[in-house]
Order: sequence, then C-alpha cells, then structure tokens
Amino acid sequence: MSNNDSPIKSTGLHIGEAAPGCKKTDPMLVIDHVKKSFGGLTAVDVEHLEIPKNAITALIGPNGAGKTTLFNLLTGFDTPDTGAWEFLGTSLSGVPSYKVAQMGQVRTFQLTKALSLLTVLDNMKLGSKNQVGESIFRALFPGSWRKQDAEIELKAIELLKRFNLDAKQADFAASLSGGQRKLLEMARALMTDPVLVMLDEPMAGVNPALTQSLLGHVLNLKKEGMTVLFVEHDMHMVRHIADWVVVMAEGKVVAEGPPETVMNEQAVIDAYLGAHQDTDLGVVTGRISIIDQEKDK
Amino acid sequence: MDWGTIINNTLAGLLTPTTIAFALAALGLAMHFGFAGLLNFGIAGFMAIGAYGYAISVLTFGFPWWGGMIVGIIGSILFAILLGIPTLRLRGDYLAIVTIAAAEIVRLLFLTTAFTDVTGSADGLFGYNNAGGFTNANPFPPGSYGWGPWTYNSETLWVLTFGLGVLAVCVWFLWALMRSPWGRVIKGIREDEEAIRALGKNVFAYKLQALIIGGIFGGMGGIIFAAFANVSPGVYVTSITFFIWTSLLLGGAATIWGPVIGAVIFWTLQAFLSNILPELALAGILPVSGTQAATLRFVLVGIGLMLLVIYRPQGIFGDKRELTFVK
Ligand SMILES: Nc1ncnc2c1ncn2[C@@H]1O[C@H](COP(=O)(O)OP(=O)(O)OP(=O)(O)O)[C@@H](O)[C@H]1O
Ligand SMILES: [Mg+2]
Repeated sequence: MSNNDSPIKSTGLHIGEAAPGCKKTDPMLVIDHVKKSFGGLTAVDVEHLEIPKNAITALIGPNGAGKTTLFNLLTGFDTPDTGAWEFLGTSLSGVPSYKVAQMGQVRTFQLTKALSLLTVLDNMKLGSKNQVGESIFRALFPGSWRKQDAEIELKAIELLKRFNLDAKQADFAASLSGGQRKLLEMARALMTDPVLVMLDEPMAGVNPALTQSLLGHVLNLKKEGMTVLFVEHDMHMVRHIADWVVVMAEGKVVAEGPPETVMNEQAVIDAYLGAHQDTDLGVVTGRISIIDQEKDK
Repeated sequence: MDWGTIINNTLAGLLTPTTIAFALAALGLAMHFGFAGLLNFGIAGFMAIGAYGYAISVLTFGFPWWGGMIVGIIGSILFAILLGIPTLRLRGDYLAIVTIAAAEIVRLLFLTTAFTDVTGSADGLFGYNNAGGFTNANPFPPGSYGWGPWTYNSETLWVLTFGLGVLAVCVWFLWALMRSPWGRVIKGIREDEEAIRALGKNVFAYKLQALIIGGIFGGMGGIIFAAFANVSPGVYVTSITFFIWTSLLLGGAATIWGPVIGAVIFWTLQAFLSNILPELALAGILPVSGTQAATLRFVLVGIGLMLLVIYRPQGIFGDKRELTFVK
C-alpha cells in the first residue's frame, strides 16, 4: 500500500458556496432541524446538513461538541427531540437502530465494543447480514445454513487478513490490544456490506504505524464505492484523507468545506479556541494559566 | 455412624427425578444467563407454572397427562413473554428484580386461598398423575428394577425414563441452537447488545426467544418434578432458585453439560450432607441438634456458592481461557 502518496480527493461535492448547511450534488444523508437536549444542555442542534455520497467526510469539533450524540441520533441509538433525516431518500426518524444498520448505514463506537468472550472470527461472522441460521427455527437444521456459514467465514478471513488480524482469529477478542480492537470493530462493520460507514474516532489510541494502515483502509472504502463519515481529532489525518469537513461546536454546524480551506476559517478557530480567541493556543491547552488570567481580570 | 446408609443414600442422589428436574431448570438458566446474559432470578416461577399448568389442566379441566404437560409448557412461554416485553428493553439488573418479584407473585397466587378450588392453596395438588393417565402410561410392569442404591419401583423408573428422555431432548436442543449462527448472536448479545444492534440484529427479539427457550426448560423441570411428587407451593420458593443457580455456576454457566452435571453434583452433595450432618450431630461431633444440623447444609450451600463465584466463576466445565477475561 502506498500510504505516502496523497490520496485523490473527491471534488465538486457541493452546490454554491461552501457554508454550513450547503447543498450537495449527490447527498447520502440529509439532516433537517435535528435537535437533542440533555436536561438544560443542547447537545445537538443541526439546522441542515448533507453528507455527500461516495466521499470521505470528517466530522470535527472540540470535546463535547455533540459529534457522538449526532452519530447516536442518526443511527437510531438515541431519539432526537425534534427533526428528521433521510438516508438515500428514506426517512429514518423513529427507525430502530438495527433496521438502520440493515439498510446499510453501519457505525462503530467511540468506546470500542469488541465482543470479548467471542473469538475474533465469531466477532467477524456476526457482522454478516441475512444469515439463514440466525432464525431460531432454521438454526436447528445445520443443512440450511452450513454452506452460507462457510462462505461468510471465507469472507471474514479475507477481511481479517487485510486488517492484519488473521493470526488472531481463534483468540478471544478480549485478548486483543486496544488498537487491534479498533481494527476488529471496523472490520466487523465492513462484514455488513455497508453503504455508509460511520466511524467514531477510529484512530484514537492507535499507534502511528497502525494509523497509517487504518488510513489506507478508510481510503479503500471510498475506492470500493462506500461513503465514510468519521469523527476525528487529529487534524493532520483529517487533512490527509477527508474530501469534506464538517465542523461542529456546541451542537451546531459552524462550518463546512474542503479541508484545505475550512480549517482556516475564523468560525473554526473560534470553535476550537472558544472565548479565548485572543489568547495564544498554547495558553488554551495549558488550562491553569487561563484560570490565572481570569482571576487577574 | 452408619456409613453404609450414608453412602447408599448419597449414591442414590445421583439419579432421582429431583435431580433431573433441577438439571432441566439449570439448563434453562444456562440459556438465560450463561449464553444470553439474562439475569433470571425467577426460575422457580417457571417451574411452578409448568407444574401447576400440568396439574390444574388435568384436575380441573380433565386434560390427558400429555395435554396437561403441553399446557404447562405454554404457560411458561406466556410467563416468559409477560416478563420479557416490559423488561428486556431495560438494563439487565432490572430483569433480575422483576423476575424475582414475578416468581414470588406466582407462588403467592398459587398459595392464596382465593383459588383453593383450583390450586389447592397451601395443600397443593395431587392425584393428577393418576387422573391424567400418566401413571397408566407406564410401560414397565410392577416390580423392582436396578441394583444397590439405584433400586427403583416401576413408577419411579417410569418417571426417571421419561425425565431422562425430556432432558436428553432439551440438551440436544440447546446444543443445536448454541452451535448455530443463532447461538452466535445470543452470545454476542451477552457481551454487548449495542454492538449487536449496530450490526443490524433485532436484539429484543433474540432476547425474548432466549427467555422463552430457557423458560420452557424451566417449565419442563417443574413438570418432571410434578410427575414424581405432589405439586406444593412450598417447593417453588426463592431458595430453590438459588439452588439452581448454584448448580449452574458449579458446572459452568456457558456450557451445555455444565448445568446437568452441576445439578447432579449439587443434589448428590445435598443427599450426602442431609445424611451425614444429623449423624455428626447425633455422634456429638457437631455441637448442634439434629434439625439444626439438617438446615446447616443450606448454610454450606451459601458458602459454597460464594466460594465458587469468587474462585471459579467459569465453573467446572467452563473454558479456562474465559477466567482470564472475566469482567
Ligand atoms: N447521555 C447523556 N446525558 C447527558 N448529557 C450528555 C449525554 N451524552 C452526551 N451528553 C452531553 O452532550 C454533549 C455532547 O457530547 P458528545 O459525546 O456528543 O460530544 P463529542 O463531540 O462526541 O465529544 P468528544 O470529542 O469528546 O467525543 C456533551 O456536553 C455531553 O456532556
Ligand atoms: Mg465523541
């Protein structure tokens, strides 16, 4: 894999000016007025957002911006207070999470969910859709599912090879390292033959070497015709692979656009620096000195 | 001390209708807890419904014995659905609370004098094995069968044969299910149901199916118990639930044979303790009275359960590797 070449970016994704809520030429997800509050806190308040098809979209924003909550809402793991959204033209409001996944919109979790006491191979096989043997009646007749199961196994091993996990296939998932679990979760999601892959911080806690290959995998997904929406804090990574970047802050979409331009926008800088845009970034990360400054005021 | 009697009674405990009944109930818990991760503390309720369903439909509604048993099974299915629909969407510990309460409600409903005509209240029910024709269905001519501690009259032999047959079918059923892709989903749900949902599986439906299957096994346990003894509300108390839990954890919760062997070990041990403890008291070795000595075994069961959970949570037959990763 040639990770050092810069990947080919998809362009011409949007119509008109790249601004929050701008139209896309070919949207996969269309989100309207989606709002979610936890008590008094508005975690997500998205007016309008479209996710382009067959492209890699990064969802960025400071901690607590509402990225994970938006993921939960879009995949049916949480219900919004108001709002509607469409996936390939089908309304998904009120659709339970498992049906969302069956439709081809599959997600991973920020806190990895490896199925610890199942083998790596079983983890993978679980991802496959429309398994005959998963119906309780046909499960009793191995003749009805054995062949399909063998095919699924081949596919799983193939994918595990790609993710360098094939040597671990007989081990319990619990024995994997944190980074390997991230890989397994992503590979398992791919077993569902998704149309839209939503990855919540796929690179968090993964070492640089593995990050390189993970990036390669994400790029491959696009090559294979899938659409990727991922949350990430590492700006280098976002710049490297994303075709489109959506920036959230305090629940709202504050900016979107191609990575080269969007990151220089004032709204984005404001979002990351909060009320302290006049202070130096170094001071913001060193929180103590801010508190000191505020005391001084 | 009369070692001969003690050993004889202990060995007899290896194979009794009671052992089979509790093996079935433990198999149900293995489905619920070991494989699906459902904390069911109301297995005694499932047994009670199986037993009463059988006895009542024979005595009150004149069903034949097999029809009564089918009613008992349908009763356990309905009980599983009734428990599952409101609770399976909640977190696991809520199911535990609801099941323990529901089992008590069931027992008290059978105990209350309001329905004495049907349930016999505190006296329980008897005579249904004759009335329903179960006794007559016995293929074994009267006589004495077996040898040594395992000497049975033809009635006991019939219950044993019938019970073993049912147990064999249930064990096969559980084994066949758990090796299938259905079983894989169930085990996945035990590990993390959100992850399974994210893969497009209807977790609620699977959990309800698991609750029903385990409930049927529990109900069958109650039926086998009723086929041998009378139906009495005093049997289906919460402590029975914990005996079954002990059997399950002893053998290994996430195994097929574990619950069966666990139940055998548990009831053999019970037979041993209930024989030896009063003898020890009588001989002056234990500083307690005979009746106190008999209850002492329940204290020992409690201690045993604690030690088991702390030091060998995967049970005797559990996968050793699992121990390394117990959450
Ligand atoms: N279940 C919940 N109950 C109450 N508040 C919640 C809940 N989930 C999220 N929040 C709040 O909603 C806001 C958005 O959280 P969210 O997890 O979506 O942030 P995020 O953008 O994913 O952040 P990070 O980059 O740290 O993962 C936070 O202020 C958080 O405290
Ligand atoms: Mg998050």
